[in-house]
Amino acid sequence: MKAIEFNHVGKQYRLGVVSTGTFSHDLNRWWTMNVLGKEDPYLKIGDTNVRSTKGESDFVWALKDINFSVEQGDVVGIIGKNGAGKSTLLKLLSRVTSPTVGEINVCGRIASLLEVGTGFHPEMTGRENIYMNGAIMGMTKAEITRKLDEIIDFSGCERYIDTPVKRYSSGMKVRLGFAVAAHMEPEILVVDEVLAVGDAEFQKKAIGKMQDVSKGEGRTVLFVSHNMAAVRSLCHKGVVLRDGMTDFIGTVDDAVNHYLESSAAQAEEQKLMTEYIQKCKSFLKISEIQINNTPYNFTSLTQGQDVLDVLIKGTTTEPMRCQVKIVIRKKDNTALASFAEGRYKAQLVTIEPGEFTIERHVALPRYMADGDYTLDLVLNDTGVQCYMIAWGCQNLHVEGFYDQYAHSLRLEKEGFIGLESAY
Amino acid sequence: MSECAEFNKIFVPLSPKNGFLVSSRNYMQQQVWTMKIRPHERLWHIDLGEIWRYRDLIELFVRRNIVVQYKQTILGPLWYLIQPILTVIMNMVVFGNIAKMSTDGMPQALFYMAGNICWFYFSDCLNQSSSTFTTNQNMFGKVYFPRLVVPIAVVISNLLRFAIQAGLFVALYLYFFVNGAPIAPNWAILLTPVFIVILAGLGLGLGILISSLTTKYRDFSILFTFIVHLWMYATPIVYPISMVEEGTLRTLIMANPMTSIIEAFKYATLGQGYFSWLALGYSFLFMSVLLLFSVVIFNKVQRNFMDTV
Repeated sequence: MKAIEFNHVGKQYRLGVVSTGTFSHDLNRWWTMNVLGKEDPYLKIGDTNVRSTKGESDFVWALKDINFSVEQGDVVGIIGKNGAGKSTLLKLLSRVTSPTVGEINVCGRIASLLEVGTGFHPEMTGRENIYMNGAIMGMTKAEITRKLDEIIDFSGCERYIDTPVKRYSSGMKVRLGFAVAAHMEPEILVVDEVLAVGDAEFQKKAIGKMQDVSKGEGRTVLFVSHNMAAVRSLCHKGVVLRDGMTDFIGTVDDAVNHYLESSAAQAEEQKLMTEYIQKCKSFLKISEIQINNTPYNFTSLTQGQDVLDVLIKGTTTEPMRCQVKIVIRKKDNTALASFAEGRYKAQLVTIEPGEFTIERHVALPRYMADGDYTLDLVLNDTGVQCYMIAWGCQNLHVEGFYDQYAHSLRLEKEGFIGLESAY
Repeated sequence: MSECAEFNKIFVPLSPKNGFLVSSRNYMQQQVWTMKIRPHERLWHIDLGEIWRYRDLIELFVRRNIVVQYKQTILGPLWYLIQPILTVIMNMVVFGNIAKMSTDGMPQALFYMAGNICWFYFSDCLNQSSSTFTTNQNMFGKVYFPRLVVPIAVVISNLLRFAIQAGLFVALYLYFFVNGAPIAPNWAILLTPVFIVILAGLGLGLGILISSLTTKYRDFSILFTFIVHLWMYATPIVYPISMVEEGTLRTLIMANPMTSIIEAFKYATLGQGYFSWLALGYSFLFMSVLLLFSVVIFNKVQRNFMDTV
């Protein structure tokens, strides 16, 4: 049984300031549609929603031809870059604005958490705001009264509940707002980026509650987030939006991988790694470098990957005795780890004149932290000669490794790898 | 092997051959939609039942409007009284003593007070509901609920203010009555609820019409602010209609739907004024048509106003 169905849904926006030309557009539209009896003249034009390039017309399709359906009980993650149309999609669904074309069919009551704490009035107390917020989302007063204790308890703001909300910290407002929303028991819950605020403990609580909602109570959840780890742990289906169109629909793992790959391919300052070679012996020519199967300067590692492949191709006119050295650094250039088997294992290889290919397979730590790293690639022997240096040639985005149902470490807070117990 | 056969029996895909004789329960259920979101709804599609379902929200909005208005003020609800008192004193000085305009022989304070409290109620409803979309865009941008709830709550919460001011009027009235002023209430006082309904309807209708227009063109909010200001002088508040001689001017003032209500209210409470069923009927009709028209426009605008506001 389907809970939501999108049928050729599109949403068109007009760019620029609403004033000049609006009235003439309105008149023209009214004239063609009502007097001449033709179609809306502005529906045909309009570019797809590519933010960075300059379009030809004033009209833009924030969403174009969206077609998919969600089964009852599904937890669907909607992912995409900024401006891909995620929020517009949720806005259509929560009826904040209506589609330009197409139709959305829904079965059940929708509650949207587009931003928690909607309708909070700073002058009113926490308790009054719980009622306000709940009623805005469609609960009746009796329903709220019945769940009031539970809501206050979940929010953890009991001490402040009779204080005006303007004295609350931003985190407390979010807690209170989420607590109300989490207790309203809709058939369909629409969530947008609530987890961005709030501390770790609350995030855990919120994710737990959402899992309960979807698993235990069999409700449908649509979840938009940039936090891939949260999307992965919560959802089992994924929809990737790109420039207002659906790019991929499938299981959450496939969707996240697809998104990470395509966003890596689209990285704005895309350069070949060979352009990063700062120093190279005159007898040596490097034709190709691949790290993690890409010749470009951006790649990402996803959950479950345990090997980083490195490939160097080139020609030399003199024999070399060297090692491949890789230094993993934080963005601020602190060195975190190195792969240099010539150094600590005395394993150097000899390369004869002519064409050569060097391959290395670096075993990755089992629990690598979520974060952005840069890699240096060096060909040297251990001290005398340095054949090739390419500092910062690869930007590595690691999504963070963890066991199922757990969470990854974060590079900034907990360092680079997770240690394991000895026995 | 047998396990495999068992598995196949349960998960046979739906095909024309086996029709609906599938053991999986999902295939048997009929797809039902409880809501369809479409680009356009019929113009007359106004879901009053939905507003009724949100009646708790109306109540909460009413409370919020009242409570929040005078938070962190020293005088609090006393402001409800200070405003009409100062206005009436001003009217007495300017129109009563300097311009020496007639009050039909009634005490000046009562005469001005009667007109002003009615006008205040109307203009408060109008002003507050005319900014429905612009002041609530943060909330409207995130959650759906029937938008009409907000202006309806405005009209109801202003009723309290009207009641307090009416209380002041009654107190003043008793004072003059005991002191033997030539005033006498009559049966028409029973029509007061009707007057209030018409006032509320006019304020609400015009207010939501303005708020719908201002989402796209802000010109309307500027235009209407001073139109309402001028409108007050086209309404017999500081002068009685009897002062206006027969002619085009009187016809124009009678065409103002506010005229008959304020005159009738003065007639009902003070015993002097212009009362006519025809004029009241006209105001009522005017209000009904305006309200219907405005609700239709409002309903149309609310679907997409977030894109233009």
